[in-house]
Amino acid sequence: MAPAGQINTDRATPGRVAYVNARLLDPATGIDAKGAVLTEGELIVDAAPGLFAGGAPSDVTVVDCHGACLAPGLVDMRVQLREPGEEHKETLRTAGEAAVAGGVTSMVCLPNTTPVIDDVATVEFVARRARLIGLAKVYPYAAATRGMGGKELAEMGLLKEAGALAFTDGLRAVSDARMMRRVLAYAATFDAIVMQHPEEASLAEGGLMNEGETATRLGLAGIPSAAEAIQLERDLRLVEITGARYHAAHISTAAGANIIRSGKARGLPVTADTAPPYFALNEMAVGGWRTFAKLSPPLRSETDRRAIVDAIIDGTIDVIVSDHAPQDQDSKRQPFAQAAFGGVGLETLLPVTLELVHNRHISLLQAIERLSWAPAELLGLPAGRLKPGAPADLVIFDDEVGWKVDPDKHFRSKSKNSPFDGRLVQGKVLRTIVDGRCVFQVDA
Amino acid sequence: MTQNRYPHRHLLGIEGLGPSEITYILDLADRYVDQNRAAERKSGALRGKTVINLFFESSTRTRTSFELAGKRLGADMINMQVAASSVTKGETLIDTAMTLNAMHIDALVVRHPDSGAVHLLSQKVNCSVVNAGDGQNEHPTQALLDALTIRRRLGHLDGLTVAICGDVLHSRVARSNIHLLSTMGARVRLVAPRTLLPAAIQHLGVEVFNDMREGLEDADIVMMLRMQNERMKGSYVASVREYFHFFGLDYDKLRMAKPDALIMHPGPMNRGVEIDSDLADDVERSMILQQVEMGVAVRMACLEALMTGNETGNG
Repeated sequence: MAPAGQINTDRATPGRVAYVNARLLDPATGIDAKGAVLTEGELIVDAAPGLFAGGAPSDVTVVDCHGACLAPGLVDMRVQLREPGEEHKETLRTAGEAAVAGGVTSMVCLPNTTPVIDDVATVEFVARRARLIGLAKVYPYAAATRGMGGKELAEMGLLKEAGALAFTDGLRAVSDARMMRRVLAYAATFDAIVMQHPEEASLAEGGLMNEGETATRLGLAGIPSAAEAIQLERDLRLVEITGARYHAAHISTAAGANIIRSGKARGLPVTADTAPPYFALNEMAVGGWRTFAKLSPPLRSETDRRAIVDAIIDGTIDVIVSDHAPQDQDSKRQPFAQAAFGGVGLETLLPVTLELVHNRHISLLQAIERLSWAPAELLGLPAGRLKPGAPADLVIFDDEVGWKVDPDKHFRSKSKNSPFDGRLVQGKVLRTIVDGRCVFQVDA
Repeated sequence: MTQNRYPHRHLLGIEGLGPSEITYILDLADRYVDQNRAAERKSGALRGKTVINLFFESSTRTRTSFELAGKRLGADMINMQVAASSVTKGETLIDTAMTLNAMHIDALVVRHPDSGAVHLLSQKVNCSVVNAGDGQNEHPTQALLDALTIRRRLGHLDGLTVAICGDVLHSRVARSNIHLLSTMGARVRLVAPRTLLPAAIQHLGVEVFNDMREGLEDADIVMMLRMQNERMKGSYVASVREYFHFFGLDYDKLRMAKPDALIMHPGPMNRGVEIDSDLADDVERSMILQQVEMGVAVRMACLEALMTGNETGNG
């Protein structure tokens, strides 16, 4: 059965469009009020509470939002696209469709493709392919070390000039401390951000899920939460001596959140993100050896999960990402030990994050900030705000309507490996706009 | 002759020397430049003196320069090339020093791959010691010859802005130049990727830049350092092409400096790595061959200053 809604890749330049009768959410200005947005071509030309209260001009196309939320499109700063190299799992096209169906208008992809994104030509390939497809915008990260091998510096200066937003070895931490120091110092030379998968490799090696009682009962080798803490502590010491901009990806533990919190308090140039599984699920989801819940970092204890929620509330965690990691059936229908790590996330990012709002942990505006404005600011993208002159990248969504996650039925991602399979969620994307064009719309 | 003399037995480094001592050597060297250009280049200032070039690290340029300097002053010059064994370094060094000391020589010119080795050796001998480069510590005669080159071309050192660019981390030339130029009142800037800058280098009184265009802005002198190939395969710098793109000196980046800015390089150059080949050969801008010429004169001045009438003091 085909997923609901329409994908639209018509490249015709839109004229003037007024999105009226909306609940505007603009974290950059703190606006949460009834209003309208006017776009012309690819740009926002006006956005304000009370705009067109007396009716829109006659020469514009009017889209009535019927009171739904209108926010800057989501900026997902951690996505694995699998193209080039693993197109049987996901392509730029299927990921683009999944993104816009999830309200994501910009995504930043990891360099762990085949070949690895560690040279200028591959950076340009990804950017060009994504432009041709014309759905969500795609920006690449490039490898911090050549081939993500952890031994030699990548050409960060040239890669940054070619468009790489930051440098990371993807799902591998740069293990060697001396190498990490050089990576940070070299990145700082070019004012570049280093993004780390914070996991001490030798401690995590062979581990399949969070270390603890559940792992012991299931008979699965554990990954201690200390693996995250050790890596982060070490990295922050190196940040201290290099002054480099450091971003910790998908924080999953209470200890990890505390380290980031104290690093920020010490004034270090450090930021962090987490993903919905780490604040909405815990290690119990692995029960029954459920391979869709096999993630990296692993789902942690309930105490950790609550600490991640707290870290989102107090701003220790700046950004929420999908951590989209598509895996085909053959990679997941395996004994737990042999199954691949990762879960798809583009199409559940918004509704699962809205759980934090429905549970009154954060406001709707704060949720949009973590999903859109904060990552755009962090990476220096022009997105994430409802500001005249900004690109008309928008999402219109209903924050209340409930649905049950059924990947086979709902997802446009080529892979269906969601840890939220079967979950009841609230919040649905109605329309997604990229550069003024409606690229996704639910069926009327 | 100038009143100020050089009151030390050794020349181990620039750090700690004052402006008058540096000026004294430069003034002395200035006269030797003229002598070296004359038909009769030899004089007898050091006749009967014995100087040994003791090199624990291979070198052609510096060793030859010292050899010529000694010979033009009439000294007997002996070259000794010694392999620095990594296991018994300390022992060998002191043994060698004691052995040479017993031969009643007048000066030792020493190069050693370890920082501080020349200082150690100087404590074990009765003769003068000239540091011809020790590890990553100092190369004082290089800084003096650079200063002489600048002074002869521009007339002064004070108030100049000098950008030292490249592998500062591994460079003894950079350290000696930092000390000399700031002692003489010049403003020193360093331009390098952060992987090639030593920790706390800003405490040496320099301004640090990671962007070459910013670092070269309004500079009077652009001093390039040699970049070794093995350091550009991912350990300190990602690649040669990236290094040249961001830190190699070409006409485009040089435009940021003063219109008549001069280019210097201690040699040997890596063309296409730290410096564009055309620029290296540009006789209007490049002082590279003048530096070599000044090298002989400066080393003559150093040998003379140390070996004539300095029985006290320890530099």
